[in-house]
Amino acid sequence: MNETHHHVTLTVNGVVREATVPGRRLLSDCLRHDLGLTGTHVGCEHGVCGACTVLLDGEPVRSCLTFAVTVDGQEITTVEGLARDGALSPVQRAFTECHALQCGFCTPGFLCTVTAFLRDNPAPTEEEALEAVAGNLCRCTGYQNILKAVHRAAQMQATQIQAEEGGA
Amino acid sequence: MTTRLFGEPVRRREDPRLITGQGRYLDDLGAGALAAAFVRSPHAHARILDVDVSGALDVDGLVAIYTWEDLPGALAEPLPLLIPHPALTHGRTAYALAREVVRHVGEPVVMVVARDRYLAEDACALIRVDYEILKPVVGLEEAAGGAHLVHEDVPGNIGAHLVQEVPGPGGVTAREAVDAAPHRLEFRLDVERSACTPLEGKGVYARWDADDESLRVYSSTQTSTSVRMAIAAKLGLPLPKVEVVAPDVGGGFGVKIVHPWPEEILVPWAARLLNREVKWTEDRREHFVSSSHERGQVQHVRAGFDDDGRLLGLEVEILHDHGAYTPYGIIVPIITSTQLLGPYRVGAYRVEFSSVYTNTVQVTPYRGAGRPQGVFCMERTMDKIAAYLGRDRTEVRAANFIQPDEFPYDQGLTFQDGRPLIYDSGDYPEALRMLKELIGWDAFPEEKARAAAEGRRIGIGVGCYVEGTGVGPYEGGHVQITSDGRVHVSTGLTSQGQGHETVFAQIAATELGVPIEKVSVVTGDTRRFGYAVGTFASRAAVMSGNAIALACRKVREKALRIAAEALEADPRDLEITDGMVHVAGAPSASIPLATVAVLSNPLRYAFDEEAKRATQFAGPASDDRPPVAEGEEPGLEGRDYYSPVRSTFAAGMHAAIVETDPDTAEIQILRYAVVHDCGRLINPMIVEGQIHGGVAQGVGGALYEKMVYDEHGQLLNASFMDFLMPYATEVPRIETAHLETPSPLNPLGIKGAGEAGVIPVSAVVAAAIEDAEGIPIDRMPISPSDLHTLRLTR
Repeated sequence: MNETHHHVTLTVNGVVREATVPGRRLLSDCLRHDLGLTGTHVGCEHGVCGACTVLLDGEPVRSCLTFAVTVDGQEITTVEGLARDGALSPVQRAFTECHALQCGFCTPGFLCTVTAFLRDNPAPTEEEALEAVAGNLCRCTGYQNILKAVHRAAQMQATQIQAEEGGA
Repeated sequence: MTTRLFGEPVRRREDPRLITGQGRYLDDLGAGALAAAFVRSPHAHARILDVDVSGALDVDGLVAIYTWEDLPGALAEPLPLLIPHPALTHGRTAYALAREVVRHVGEPVVMVVARDRYLAEDACALIRVDYEILKPVVGLEEAAGGAHLVHEDVPGNIGAHLVQEVPGPGGVTAREAVDAAPHRLEFRLDVERSACTPLEGKGVYARWDADDESLRVYSSTQTSTSVRMAIAAKLGLPLPKVEVVAPDVGGGFGVKIVHPWPEEILVPWAARLLNREVKWTEDRREHFVSSSHERGQVQHVRAGFDDDGRLLGLEVEILHDHGAYTPYGIIVPIITSTQLLGPYRVGAYRVEFSSVYTNTVQVTPYRGAGRPQGVFCMERTMDKIAAYLGRDRTEVRAANFIQPDEFPYDQGLTFQDGRPLIYDSGDYPEALRMLKELIGWDAFPEEKARAAAEGRRIGIGVGCYVEGTGVGPYEGGHVQITSDGRVHVSTGLTSQGQGHETVFAQIAATELGVPIEKVSVVTGDTRRFGYAVGTFASRAAVMSGNAIALACRKVREKALRIAAEALEADPRDLEITDGMVHVAGAPSASIPLATVAVLSNPLRYAFDEEAKRATQFAGPASDDRPPVAEGEEPGLEGRDYYSPVRSTFAAGMHAAIVETDPDTAEIQILRYAVVHDCGRLINPMIVEGQIHGGVAQGVGGALYEKMVYDEHGQLLNASFMDFLMPYATEVPRIETAHLETPSPLNPLGIKGAGEAGVIPVSAVVAAAIEDAEGIPIDRMPISPSDLHTLRLTR
């Protein structure tokens, strides 16, 4: 009972990575166990909790509902890739500033989700921010500070863009 | 820079690794380890006739298959009953792998070890277990009826029966007090099952070192020290040859205090036997059907009261569902029956509980640990009294409050730690005043009338609780200042997101007068600290916080003694600021703590420039004194323990305004207000976060979460698709205010805060719905369809 394996090439956090995996290998398991990127967490394995959310060609997807072989050749950003050149992203900074995490297990999924959301909607309303995070479960924070962090990250991002434009 | 950090909203020191994906949770460890998976019972109650593994033997990567027959020695005996109690006359625990009979869906029957988890599950799917199906016992009242038995040798399915009675003035019994009271009410309340459901399930990873004959085990546990002792005992290993580490843990909420889980002893056993690293990571369905649940109770209440609503007598009979086994004893119903009294003085009280077996997942503490049910009972009682007398609900509560000048207040009961239930401090009237102001209690009737005029139904509810926190027996702290000036703090209890690395560093930095950047904290690692109890019962800050403070004080005293000699000063004139010991008012006469650490350890060998100062030819020393003075030890370190005579009692009050849809019966919480008193706050940001999380779990328990078992004992909603945990859209904005009534019992004056938020939520939401609808709400959780049914049967 030997399984057929497949060769996949993924660009993860800007780095070309290769793995040989069975067809049933979940992207979450491939990232975690084949590529050693354990920052992406698995909370339910049926696509409900959102902890495993990564960015696939920039869009948030549940990596526990995605087979690694189906994303061959595509670009993936995980929580490990959110900081640039050692500098935390505005979303990461806002999460710590607002105490938006406790045990931290769901946090990578929120960070990826919010990163994509604020890229598309840099100045969200309360309602939009709430909707943006409403597909991810957190059992620790009661979401109060996660919502604060979304708005704080938007502010930080705006300031950063202003500074970059000012500097350019 | 100030070193006064106690009480400040210091940012968490855990965060940098957790927001960059650098946390180390259980399944992040052990790359390349073999994977374990389990064949679990698909039946609630059945006899195992045969296990046929032949179909699985050809699975690629299969390493081993084990059943109960394979287990040696103590491993083959039932799992420990962790908290025995004289009233638990029929305590029963499971086997690590089922022996002959399975008693709930999810019970482990066969363990498979394979090259990876996929393959281990392939093998599990090919193992055939033949069962003779037995009659399952599901539901509290069915179980108490005793027509069918969960354990053949437990008559009536009654595991434990306990009565506690506190007579009223003149020795009057509760029954007499109720009967003689001017007014009486009798009613029944129901609370359904829920569960902790941390986002990370359980997990165990074991490494056997054959050369050293030692074992290192990582477990996603709330008590690494006790897991260590259990493993040593079950595997027959000397305790010093076993180390257990709780790595980053993705939430606990109570379920991970139970130990040893079958997997916590089976995985290390297999690792040793196979001489290979073995890991097991629980999946979500496994967590639902094989970890613990809580909450399920039926309560029968009789209350007698006077015209002012004062409770003259209260009789409560509780039927508690503890599931198939009782590894954690009867802690949950004991807490329900004692903490039920809340902030009130009751004339005479009698509480009786029967804790019964059912063919369902075992019941052990979930955040709140029996208190939500007790508070639901008492607060529903208060609301019913108010409704009966036509009085304001807060007035009735105020009439029953223990007053600030009555502390310490002895409730006359025995608490969960086996100690008297004596409240240490509190100010309940002030908390209620603050809450009423925060939610706008007095103005609400007008708001309600305005809403009614628009065709909207809104209601307000309130709930009060007292929480015994910081239960013993003890915790310890170790503090070491090394010659580089760094401060290394360790404590044995574990962390699951409470920010212990931050708050314990705040305490150490404040006590020692050092910058927090110099302090590092390790928790839950038996290599660093072997004596501990665990993280539960809102006890970590109180227990380890105080132990660390006491250990720091020892170190500080020693540092001042050594520095005084070097500075030729009186230790009483010395202070420590920013890591420098100096003469008060004369900062120039100073010596860094790093140097004091060097001087504290007389050396023969120099390994760096600093160390030279402590070597034997470095400076003048007294010829007639030993280098290490009598009664001293080398090194600038200290260890101390905090062991309280009894728990310290935090308190709080919540209020909510809800709206119910007249057509769809949808229930929406419009506002939620919390007044919380946990004594002195170490870090208000973290305490606030704990409250938020608790309230959210409370909202889940009030409106969404229940474990739906069918009559066959199948859990119908064992996934996050069907067990409805709140998302951000289900949790209202939480408004908070703090009252700080210090505890007189411990050096830091603190009380626990971890569980508080969840405790009164069901009571509060029920009260608000009742106010909106005018229908008694006696069963929680309540869904729109439940409310719709209630409306129809009104």
